[in-house]
Amino acid sequence: MNVVTDNKWIGQRTIRPDGVDKVTGRAAFAADTNMPGMIWGKVKRSPHPHARIKSIDISKAEALPGVKAVVTARDVVNFPVDKSVMLGIQDMRWMCRNVMAREKALFPGHPIAAVAATTEAIAAHACELIEVEYEVLPWAIEIDDAIKPDAPILHEFLKFEGKPSNIAGRQEIKKGDVAQGFAEAEIVIERSFATRPVHQGYIEPHACLISVAADNKTTIWSSSQGQFMVRAMTAYLTGIPQSDIRAIPAEIGGGFGGKTIVYLEPLATLLAKKSGRPVKMVMTREEVMRATGPTSGSKSTVKIGARKDGTIVAAQGTFYLQAGALPGSPIRGAVGCSFSPYDIPNVLSVGFDVLSNRSKVAAYRAPGAPIGAYAVECVLDELAEALKMDPLELRLKNAARQGTKAAHGPVFPRIGYIETLEAAKAHPHYAAPLGQAPGKRQGRGVASGFWFNAGGESSAQVNITEDGNVVVTTGHPDIGGSRAAIANICAELLGIDYRRVSVLIGDTATIGFSNLTGGSRVLFASAMVVTQSTDKIIATLRDRAAKIWEIDPDAVKWENGAAHPVSPNAGQFEPLTLAELAAKAPQMGGPIGAGVQLNTEGAEGGFGTHICDVEVDVDLGIVRVIRYTAVQDVGRAIHPSYVEGQMQGGVAQGIGWALNEEYIYNKDGKVDNPGFLDYRMPVCSDLPMLDTVMVEVPNPKHPQGVKGVGEVPLVPVMAAVANAVHNALGKRFCSLPMSPPTVLEVIEAKP
Amino acid sequence: MAKVHVTTTINDEPAEYLCEPNDTMLDALRGPLGLTGSKEGCASGDCGACSVLLDDRLVCSCLMLSVEAEGHHIRTIEGMAHGDKLHPLQQKFLETAALQCGICTSGMLMASAALLQKNSQPSEEEVRFWLAGNLCRCTGYDKIVRAVLETAEEMRGAAQ
Repeated sequence: MNVVTDNKWIGQRTIRPDGVDKVTGRAAFAADTNMPGMIWGKVKRSPHPHARIKSIDISKAEALPGVKAVVTARDVVNFPVDKSVMLGIQDMRWMCRNVMAREKALFPGHPIAAVAATTEAIAAHACELIEVEYEVLPWAIEIDDAIKPDAPILHEFLKFEGKPSNIAGRQEIKKGDVAQGFAEAEIVIERSFATRPVHQGYIEPHACLISVAADNKTTIWSSSQGQFMVRAMTAYLTGIPQSDIRAIPAEIGGGFGGKTIVYLEPLATLLAKKSGRPVKMVMTREEVMRATGPTSGSKSTVKIGARKDGTIVAAQGTFYLQAGALPGSPIRGAVGCSFSPYDIPNVLSVGFDVLSNRSKVAAYRAPGAPIGAYAVECVLDELAEALKMDPLELRLKNAARQGTKAAHGPVFPRIGYIETLEAAKAHPHYAAPLGQAPGKRQGRGVASGFWFNAGGESSAQVNITEDGNVVVTTGHPDIGGSRAAIANICAELLGIDYRRVSVLIGDTATIGFSNLTGGSRVLFASAMVVTQSTDKIIATLRDRAAKIWEIDPDAVKWENGAAHPVSPNAGQFEPLTLAELAAKAPQMGGPIGAGVQLNTEGAEGGFGTHICDVEVDVDLGIVRVIRYTAVQDVGRAIHPSYVEGQMQGGVAQGIGWALNEEYIYNKDGKVDNPGFLDYRMPVCSDLPMLDTVMVEVPNPKHPQGVKGVGEVPLVPVMAAVANAVHNALGKRFCSLPMSPPTVLEVIEAKP
Repeated sequence: MAKVHVTTTINDEPAEYLCEPNDTMLDALRGPLGLTGSKEGCASGDCGACSVLLDDRLVCSCLMLSVEAEGHHIRTIEGMAHGDKLHPLQQKFLETAALQCGICTSGMLMASAALLQKNSQPSEEEVRFWLAGNLCRCTGYDKIVRAVLETAEEMRGAAQ
């Protein structure tokens, strides 16, 4: 029996285990380490959006003094295009072509070769000496250009409806009969929307430091959202077995999904193997912007039909998402999440994966879902307006609840969507009057959002030190405070001070397989394996106390950090503390520790409802968010500060997506704003305080009630901002970003 | 090209190093000086992750040549705490979760410290504009701004 007498640590705002290192500059991120004899790697990149590679001459580069190795696609393991080899959601056919162009260069910035040399300057110079003969091909950047009948085809072997096409995939979900549903509708609203690709915008560029010994034993130091993903992808792409690769997770300086695939690690491994020297590679910001991420740009059409009382009877969505140069856009998120907050009898949702000559997309916070929600939540706003209903009331009337069969398939267990709507409605923000100022117009908008969340493979090892403290090792890179939450849980279960629990992220050689940090799965899954490991330890501790007291283990309870007899009947014994039992371990059966590995299940989806106030400067077209409240069903907030932090961070990214962020292409098909000055992410002076309301509807399938919280907060934002802008100006914006020139265009348009 | 010898002061200690004439201060800090607390997010002065103090003036060390440190005093994140006693801003950032991934934190703290040295009673707006050169993609800035305001208030209280 483990008696947890009160919530001492779960729900407390404890100091994170990695905190002091991060406020003192000690924490080691990907680019912060060196090795003896280390040399530098650089990538030669394509200047063209689309070109056949006719020849690559590396002789001049190889001859340059200081150059130690040059690699091209010949050195990367080839995965033929006719056979899919999946690693998670990534297909190695596309990964091998993304890390190094094979037959064709598919976007400006696509790697053509990589060089390692004694200095970065020599490596960069050697890249210039590599001679590439290209046959420049016509290219397509935008969706419309990529799907028109005579579009230049990126991959002849990919066919759609029997013909070579840039449509690489289609996904559909269906519920009921939409035709019949729309026939029953008394009002139908249909609108089309467009969003631009946006970058995850992590401040830490991709970097790695890799050593390969003569026997192929490989050490990778890099920052990613999964050291096991780095190991597996590097093994696939270099031919080195996974057992010879030790991937060590550096502290990660932001990922947001963008570090769930590799770019540099296979190249640095090949260079290190060829040169016999450790190789360090660090991307410039320009390389990050040209060749990594982003998430898809999109075009979508959403049609919703309702009765006059606001009951939604049918909904249809069509979503075209850009994949970039290789297949794999997040259509699942757009198709599957958009209608899930609502109980709609007839739904048809279809997505298309569209190739074009831009960098291959990577995951970005609830991949695909914000794109779908933007369209759906804007149409709902218009529907509420047409029906003269409060937009939250319209959502409440149609909200999914326990027992609702979601459009994407599952029947919801106890969920907290309605609670988020009620909390938003009751929030003082929703009733606060809007302000007035000359030349400015204020408006308020609301929107909701859903994300699936995820479980999957996780491993943990919990060890009791000889002095009776605790070391927890898990296998997921911590990008937002997961170590702090794990310390809270372990300390709570053991009934000890949280500062006695150290939480570390193991490397691929020291902890069992753990899937990516992604899908909002880390705390959900780690809490499960850490809980089960800690429970095993508590069983061992009770067992040992029972032996010492010579009573039955069932007569021993664990409470407040010590073993106690369950009742006076069990015997009169002084409690045995964790420290006392740890000290006796050598005589009582040896070291105390336990590990658990699970394929976790029961990650239930999460819902959020946001309220946004904007102020539009009608002369300059500048939209400012002046007040923002995010309400979310968070399951249970193990560490409230980091839950709030996830919500606030997601909102800030959404505001950037809504108002400013976009890639600007020049006439040569190249990104013209590959840096933080011109790719305009929100800065501190752009934003107000971001209020959060954590609604706690515990996940019934999790020991602590945890639900994923990291991705939901991005999903509603663009619609909330767009609906607020409409409320301010009386004009609907159907494309993002709502940057000053586009806002002025709409304001000044003749009616 | 021959390397240049630079004699300077880093975090109150005399320091010397060799650098290329075109190396940035950030290159010198992260390279020969081994002070990797200052981060390179952009190398163009847009993200502020490399913020240091040059004779009490806040600068992006990626925009300063390393030879320019000659005869000056550079303060970095590694010099912010006194022994095992954290600066009040460091302590407040920890207590209020004003960091998530931590890559911007060094620069945020250096910039915030520079602000509080100049202005012990900043308004929210002053904090927001002062920190507008320091990008953070994780927090939405809310907890950072609150941490700076709360620290300012506590430091004023302690000074009275």
